[in-house]
Amino acid sequence: MQTKNQTTKKETNIAIKFFTENLGILGAFVIIGTIVSIMSPVFLTTDNVLSVGRQISTNAVIALGMAFVIILGGIDLSVGAVVAFSGTLCVGLINNGVPIPAAIVIGMLFGTAVGFVNGLVIAKTGMAPFIVTMSTMNVVRGAAYIYSKGLPIRCKEDAFAIIGTGYLGSIPLPVIYLAVFILMASIILSKTKFGTYIYALGGNREAAKFSGISTHKIEISVYTISGFLSGFAGVVLAARMYSGQPSVSSGAEMDAIASCVLGGVSMTGGTGKIGGVVIGTMIIGVISNGLNLLNINSFWQLIVKGIIVLIAVYVDIIKKRRLLKG
Amino acid sequence: MDNKIVLEMKGIEKQFAGVYALKDVQFSLREGEVHALLGENGAGKSTLIKVLGGIYRADSGQIRINGNEIKIDGVKDAQEKGISIIHQEIVLVPHISVAENIFLGREPVNKIGLKDCKKMNEEAKKMVVSLGLDIDVTREVFYLTIAQQQMVEIIKAVSFNSKIIIMDEPTSSLAEREVEHLFEIIRKLKKQGVSIVYISHKLNELVAITDRITVMRDGKYIDTKVTSETTVNELIGLMVGRELTEYYTRTKHSIGDIAFEVRNLNKKGTFKNVSFHIRKGEIIGFAGLVGAGRSEIMKAVFGVDKLGSGEIYLDGKLLHLKNVKDAIDHGIALIPEDRKKEGLILKNSVAFNITLTIQDKYKKGIIENKHVRNEIINKYINAFSIKTPAIEQLTHNLSGGNQQKVVLAKWLATDPKVLILDEPTRGVDVGAKAEIYSIIDDLAEKGMAVIVISSELPEIINMCDRIYVVAQGKISGELSRDEFLQERIMYYATGGE
Repeated sequence: MQTKNQTTKKETNIAIKFFTENLGILGAFVIIGTIVSIMSPVFLTTDNVLSVGRQISTNAVIALGMAFVIILGGIDLSVGAVVAFSGTLCVGLINNGVPIPAAIVIGMLFGTAVGFVNGLVIAKTGMAPFIVTMSTMNVVRGAAYIYSKGLPIRCKEDAFAIIGTGYLGSIPLPVIYLAVFILMASIILSKTKFGTYIYALGGNREAAKFSGISTHKIEISVYTISGFLSGFAGVVLAARMYSGQPSVSSGAEMDAIASCVLGGVSMTGGTGKIGGVVIGTMIIGVISNGLNLLNINSFWQLIVKGIIVLIAVYVDIIKKRRLLKG
Repeated sequence: MDNKIVLEMKGIEKQFAGVYALKDVQFSLREGEVHALLGENGAGKSTLIKVLGGIYRADSGQIRINGNEIKIDGVKDAQEKGISIIHQEIVLVPHISVAENIFLGREPVNKIGLKDCKKMNEEAKKMVVSLGLDIDVTREVFYLTIAQQQMVEIIKAVSFNSKIIIMDEPTSSLAEREVEHLFEIIRKLKKQGVSIVYISHKLNELVAITDRITVMRDGKYIDTKVTSETTVNELIGLMVGRELTEYYTRTKHSIGDIAFEVRNLNKKGTFKNVSFHIRKGEIIGFAGLVGAGRSEIMKAVFGVDKLGSGEIYLDGKLLHLKNVKDAIDHGIALIPEDRKKEGLILKNSVAFNITLTIQDKYKKGIIENKHVRNEIINKYINAFSIKTPAIEQLTHNLSGGNQQKVVLAKWLATDPKVLILDEPTRGVDVGAKAEIYSIIDDLAEKGMAVIVISSELPEIINMCDRIYVVAQGKISGELSRDEFLQERIMYYATGGE
């Protein structure tokens, strides 16, 4: 039972590894994609694929942050509210004469700040992440309504809209941002010390503490990342919609959590990979798009999403049982 | 002791993924008998009792109860057939009463279909009294001591009219006095004709309470001995399959200068005026009763807990340790008491756990030197002969002994000068224990200063050069090797000055 050869065998192709790790969910994605493309010939056109890409980009960016938080063993319910306020704030500032780049930075910084506060409160007080982020969710959402007086703020500057509606070649900009974030997130999680410590903390907080890992620092950083990504998504979304809308993305936290769970991130923390989360977001995106193309009432989307998450969690449980035998 | 045979298991086989966990295992139990199952971790004891308790189904083999061949179909079926398991970890519902726990799932109801609390409490009270216990049945289980909770588990088993009760390591979290109490209850149960399957690693307990001992190894039946006709050495020999000539390894080697010293450590309510020192190549022991403050002292030194006041010197230099990371960087390592809660991340692999403390050694930003990483991992896997099918195997799936070796590897990888081991062999089987002792001896020989906290006196007496005894947060005695006597240590441990 020695282990000499195992290490060399492990160095196999990353693509193959990704494929085998995500076999189940990739299969589901292919099946759903096939069904939709048979039922709607429009589905696989370049235009539609790119538009799906743009639609899911907001959710996917939020889901990346959520994945960090859930792997850490926490949860961040404030992401949807942050998306709304950072976008509204950004547009409001622009309309008040703040230079566009400055407004964009302030919008994103606002999201980052909310994340930082979440992390700080959770780490220093030991309060449950669910409660802390639920509170900030309400505070931030309320603040967004107050700031905008309850109404969408239309953007008067077309230059701003470009960051959400523009293209690089034939690819929508939001898809490019997403690709960059996906790359960064997976490198951080799989290659850096910080990433390893996130898994360690989510897997066993006490053991992480005994191992000399500064649990507070890691925790604060992770919530800050989630906040930043939501802030970013909010600004880009506002640009895409030519307006800051205080009511936007309500329930986005649930979609993000669903993407993570679909992608194999365990709700108890300590396990999960970015690749899975991305496919998870794509599945949800394709289902929404497919149902739209088929002219099915959008209320059905809720029902379908609900059922799919339930199945995904069950699959996760079975997988875990097999892994942790005995 | 030739009572009738109530349980007979023959030719029991069970495979997991093509690997035999049990192969042609036999076991018999007489009425009113306490029969021990003994074996190293992974020997198949747990699988066997899970088959008996209805948690697993055997692939083949016969189970006879009172001579009739039966099939056990689930836990409930086992209970109906008079078999109950008391698991190592307590499985009671904390915030309901003792009586409610005992009757959970089969509560008596009154005429209008509501829970009949009065009847439940009365019945529960009767059972408590019949075992000579003093537990308030209306109290929430949460407020009972671990020992009392275990008694509740036993009462619950008895209340099913179980004729066969399986106890899996029942004393692992009990103090000495409580163990004696448990034994009294076991003797009472025997008199009532209940038969007990008793699993424990503690050989002295088996000698004290059991009638027969069945030894298993590698999923196979080895032998059954009548307790009064066997010896501890014979049992160990049967368990490990060879005579253990050197259980404790202690080689003679020179002891150097003072490596580590603490002066006047204080922490309010936890410990007071603690001073000790250790030399290079020395092994010192910290003895004392559970709760005396030994672990707390070390955790404060290491920075896991806050230290009130005091000075820590390494190689004669005063240290100002800010946190655990700082302590590790200075060459201090603490192998914690509870490997599952504090030592390992069970959801992660052997490789992940071993390298968790040494990320700096092979990672810079996003550049990772896999070669260095794998070299370190393989070095320890080979040096400690850690049995794992792959370095990416989850530590959850390793045996206790191998898990403990992974924890050792994780800390030795930090190249410590001072190694603190808190209960290094708890829950580890004899074979792995001997290996761990040999590793400790080896480290000391290479000049490491090793501090061992242990509640097993033989371990401390045989391994250490010097012993500090801790009682109620104070060092109550210091003994050099020629003064080691169990009685003396106990005298200091119980507060003698």
